[in-house]
Amino acid sequence: MDAEIKASSTAAPDPGEKPQGRKFAFRKLFSAATISVMPIYAFTLLFVVGPLVYMVVLSFLTRAETWGVIKEFTWSNYKKILEPVYLKTFYESLKLALITTFFAALVGYPFGYFMARLSAVWKRRMMLLLMIPFWTSSLIRLYGWIIIFRANGVLDKILMGLGIIASPLKLLYTYSAVVVGMIYALLPFMIFAVYSSAEKLDWQLVEAARDLGATPWQAFITVSFRLTIPGLLSGVVLTFIPSMGLFFIADILGGNKVILVGNLIQEQLMKARNWPFAAALSVVLLILTSLMIALYRKVSGVKDLEGLV
Amino acid sequence: MSDVILELVQIEKSFGDVRVLNGIDLTVRKGEFITLLGPSGCGKTTTLRIIAGLETPDRGRVFLAGKDVTDLEPNKRNVNTVFQNYALFPHMNVEANIAYSLKLKKTDKQTIAKTVKEALELVQLSGYEKRMPDELSGGQKQRVAIARAIVNQPAVLLLDEPLGALDLQLRHQMQIELKRLQKRLGVTFIYITHDQEEALNMSDRIAVMRDGKFEQIGTPAEVYDRPKTSYVARFVGSANLLQGKAYNAGDSIIRLETPYGFGLVSTRGAKIRDGQAITVAVRRESVTLVAGETADGSGLRAIVKEKHYAGGVLQIILSLSDGSEFVSSKQGLDSPLKAGDHVLITWLPEQGVIVDLEEA
Amino acid sequence: MKKKSKLPGLYLGVVLALMYVPILLVIIYSFNESRISSVWGGWSLRWYRDLFRDRDIMDAVTNSLILATISSLAAAVIGTLAAVGMPKANLRGKGIIEYLSTLPIMIPEIILGMVFLVYFTLMRLPFGMVTLVVAHTSFCIPYVYMLVKARLVGLDKSYEESAKDLGATDWNVFWDITLPLILPAITSGMLLSFAMSLDDVVISVFVTGVNTNTLPLKIYTQLKTGVTPKINALCTLMFLSTMLIVLLSAHFARKNVRKTERRITSEEASRMRDSIGLAR
Repeated sequence: MDAEIKASSTAAPDPGEKPQGRKFAFRKLFSAATISVMPIYAFTLLFVVGPLVYMVVLSFLTRAETWGVIKEFTWSNYKKILEPVYLKTFYESLKLALITTFFAALVGYPFGYFMARLSAVWKRRMMLLLMIPFWTSSLIRLYGWIIIFRANGVLDKILMGLGIIASPLKLLYTYSAVVVGMIYALLPFMIFAVYSSAEKLDWQLVEAARDLGATPWQAFITVSFRLTIPGLLSGVVLTFIPSMGLFFIADILGGNKVILVGNLIQEQLMKARNWPFAAALSVVLLILTSLMIALYRKVSGVKDLEGLV
Repeated sequence: MSDVILELVQIEKSFGDVRVLNGIDLTVRKGEFITLLGPSGCGKTTTLRIIAGLETPDRGRVFLAGKDVTDLEPNKRNVNTVFQNYALFPHMNVEANIAYSLKLKKTDKQTIAKTVKEALELVQLSGYEKRMPDELSGGQKQRVAIARAIVNQPAVLLLDEPLGALDLQLRHQMQIELKRLQKRLGVTFIYITHDQEEALNMSDRIAVMRDGKFEQIGTPAEVYDRPKTSYVARFVGSANLLQGKAYNAGDSIIRLETPYGFGLVSTRGAKIRDGQAITVAVRRESVTLVAGETADGSGLRAIVKEKHYAGGVLQIILSLSDGSEFVSSKQGLDSPLKAGDHVLITWLPEQGVIVDLEEA
Repeated sequence: MKKKSKLPGLYLGVVLALMYVPILLVIIYSFNESRISSVWGGWSLRWYRDLFRDRDIMDAVTNSLILATISSLAAAVIGTLAAVGMPKANLRGKGIIEYLSTLPIMIPEIILGMVFLVYFTLMRLPFGMVTLVVAHTSFCIPYVYMLVKARLVGLDKSYEESAKDLGATDWNVFWDITLPLILPAITSGMLLSFAMSLDDVVISVFVTGVNTNTLPLKIYTQLKTGVTPKINALCTLMFLSTMLIVLLSAHFARKNVRKTERRITSEEASRMRDSIGLAR
């Protein structure tokens, strides 16, 4: 009986695998599921992998005298980045990104934390209220800051009206304006990240800590803050990465005074037409941001960015 | 053989490294109410899913009405399932849920309407046609799930712990209703539960499962009164188990010698060697506690440890001389015994069952 | 807890208000009669009139709407098919493709814009609507894919099994059960994609053609060179449409969480909600 069954069964010995003979292989290849993932395979290979690979290749090619590139291997594009003027740009970008991230955390952490403690109804309302400016075109929001910052703009008028300052501050096209614009644009990332982590927090733990004799502050530091660190970290990553590349905020609010890696890439690409160098800059920027993510994953032990699905 | 509706032959199934089914055989007759009873993780749900076609066995065959359906898709089998969490389609109302399988078969509208109406009457939910699953109570969802599964007139209806999510009172009520429904429809039910009382109440036969194998298949009376293994004895009705040596004591009666005394046990035709080590199961309610001496000197010496009521039943926990526990239970009133009393544990020879005998 | 502090509420209110101030200013100034925006010249609707007479801007509006519609639709189809098919597909490298396909929203936008510019040049694609659609679709797909995937993960498997058990073929299961249940997720993914496409500057700057202007590009150039109050009016209208999209999306998201499945865990619900807000 046993032998008979073994003989009649075509089942592959590995478990979980359905018994399938060779004739099924064809059907398997063209199953509905396989066909349905074909578009994303094709699209990803053609329009994500292709461009990224080409970028890397391009960064090792030589720039032609007038137009385009010559297929000649070179390290010169990367060496060029080490020139002080470009290194300084990276330094400036990192500095701005750090400042932005710091202030975003300072403002965003309490916001996300307090929000998580609201009632379910208010959480939903708050979410909606946050979503609207967040989804509003960043240009509109930037424009609002131009109105506020420009000479004789809203801020100047208020401050002069209050007698705090005597003459316009001329804040537009300054570093401070860029910093404010950046924080403003990226704050929601921080808030959402902290919120999604704080919302999962079991408040009974805080109560337990209080019950065991902790002051509110001690309870916050030892329990709430400790447990929301992953959210804070992902907020940091989520603000840091875009702030390296948001060239148009620096462009609009900073005039031409603040040059970031993003501006540099754009300039090299559109004006200087030095594509290999732009590619090399992008590769370096990509590596920097990947390192950030990797570091974050290592530190927090979390696989996905909290809040980013 | 003609009234056999379902046959499982040497089914084996593993998930990864975990062997879930270990070569099980089962034959189910038409119109039978058979229960797969076992703790969670014993493989009963996998068995059900293999019958439904939601899993494919690694080895072995499934025959439905004599036809090999092992490799048939679930939608090609005349078997329907009532899922553990009902799985009512949340975006369809009660009517659409029930009519779903008929619509797939392209049944004409009038027939569908008529069948749905009948099915709802059968489960006593007439008038609920337009409700959404969200708007139903647990018991109502349950009934809709059953109605949905039976409109197809399946040869076999599979029920995966269908009463698991209901509260105790509703459970008892639904047990009776389900049994009645099954009688009326004449459909074969294969029912899964981990609740031994539920199994005993409803089934024609019970298959006690453990670690991917059937320990015993039999009528509730067989399984309850004549457990074949210590596992079945303990799982179905939590019997006391005693270990000792057997000595012939007359006509198909043996004497079970234990360190705390001896008891008489009927062999029920089993051949027992003198001095053979055996295990005997004694149900709690079969036990009689004697304060003095017994006429034939039988009885196990024990001390009353504690007594308490559990649902109108008095449970007396006894301690044997080696510290192991023995439980006796009796209906209703208090007993004059109190903690610390010395008693003898006795039972009638027919009420002791020798379990775990090697031969089949 | 005893004595409830008012501080958190106050804090939330102030920060939230600060977020709205710049937007409100833009809106208020759109009704300013004066051409010079630092001077208030009384209420007027003239800039709205001017706006609708501006052929350039109206062309940009049309372009943006076409672009956002095509990209979000393409993303909805590709993303949904992928999310549904991935778990069952019998192909190598599924995990890698999944990861790579979400890269467009993980890496800095500037890099994406840059690589598209050089790559499209290499492929000799004509710069304009075609390149814009491809580029926008690339960053729209992850939104749809992630949202639909989250929904599918939260979906009880027994619905599909139950349908099969009742006689449904794979095709029936998809049309009758899976699709209706994930439709809210697809819709909110599409709305999100639509909004993202409508807002994109960085990538569009690189991949647009000489004659194709989108709305954000138009505003961007104006902000750099000099603004006319027409732009205020335009921004106000854009803001209103954004609000509409957000409210719609919130509606679908809630339906997604609430109506179709009660048993969905709060964690899944919050993940889903976060991704709607966060994916940006």
